Amino acid sequence: MTHPPYLHPAYTSTVLRAPAQELVMPKLGPDSVELTAPVFGDAEVGALDADLTRQGQGEPLGERIIVTGRVLDSRHRPVPGALVEVWQANSAGRYAHERDEHPAPLDPNFAGAGRCLTDGAGRYRFVTVKPGAYPWRNHHNAWRPAHIHFSVFGTAFTQRLVTQMYFPGDPLFPYDPIFQSIPDEQARDRLIARFDMDTTEPEWALGYQWDIVLGDTPVEE
Amino acid sequence: MTTPSQTVGPFFGHALPYEGGPEIVAGARRDAIRVHGRVYDGAGAPVPDALVEIWQADETGTIPRGPGGLRRAVGGFSGFGRCPTGADGSYWFSTVKPGPVGAGAPYLAVLVFARGLLKPVFTRLYFPEDAHDEDPLLAEVPVARRDTLIAEREADGSYRFDIHLQGERETVFLGF
Repeated sequence: MTHPPYLHPAYTSTVLRAPAQELVMPKLGPDSVELTAPVFGDAEVGALDADLTRQGQGEPLGERIIVTGRVLDSRHRPVPGALVEVWQANSAGRYAHERDEHPAPLDPNFAGAGRCLTDGAGRYRFVTVKPGAYPWRNHHNAWRPAHIHFSVFGTAFTQRLVTQMYFPGDPLFPYDPIFQSIPDEQARDRLIARFDMDTTEPEWALGYQWDIVLGDTPVEE
Repeated sequence: MTTPSQTVGPFFGHALPYEGGPEIVAGARRDAIRVHGRVYDGAGAPVPDALVEIWQADETGTIPRGPGGLRRAVGGFSGFGRCPTGADGSYWFSTVKPGPVGAGAPYLAVLVFARGLLKPVFTRLYFPEDAHDEDPLLAEVPVARRDTLIAEREADGSYRFDIHLQGERETVFLGF
């Protein structure tokens, strides 16, 4: 089982939002609408949309990083032209979002949102700063491990994936009910990027590699 | 080795919504329809931080295969829409009613993401004026729950489709 269940009471927001009824599993499976997906063209994504460090007047504070990897389908074939959207907290652990009340500083040079399309080999690449951990109110002394949110379109609407990428060695993993909602340890580990010296650029930025493998449906293996 | 899903969380508002996201066709178009509703949790409270996405065929039943998902050409039709819910849990789309694709009744494919949903819920919006008896998917839905997949026609001609994540009127969600 790859995906978390809907109901994971340790993550309290699931209690009233998780569907309680069995999913209906149509015998015929998805049909032609659900097996296709919107198409995105190069003109729809700006040249600077994939560089989150160049969207303000100056450079954001924090540890500059490169995050790159491939979007693959369930047979591990690259998905070219896939829309990948990311968002994240700044290096102090604060989102540029009106509902984030964490008393950490906002960074006027960091909005923390980006988009790109995968290239012919299914590869995406973002330049950003490493997000900070931040507190939330799920339980006493709750802190989210540093993460970057990812939203990905495959070639079928049923492949649609929204997830979070984490950083290796984060001490908060054992305490985070969102990360721990995934029952299988190997599946959890697939959300952790790999530090990569070959992606790291001298005198400039640390590099992380993270491949995204789309399932055939959003809810089942 | 599928990558597991995680919640969209509460802070996607500066990243995922985009200009014109809910407007698959301009509201001024003669055959435009308005689809709207609210997302509710199991206590009947509106969900103010959900993201609703729809994907559909055009009025002739043709599934769009060209670019334009984010930036539609003037007068163009991408088939894809995205709308974050408001403080009252409400969402809306301006689109056209899809023509039939295959043997079933016309529908919009609907995905909902939210804080507290560790993976999205997937459903279909059917239209009340169509014949549903022959639809292969609806035939597999328990009769008592079929209504949750069928929008209601409002006095102003719009279609209302409320989504109940949980509770007595829980919407039928699909697993495929």
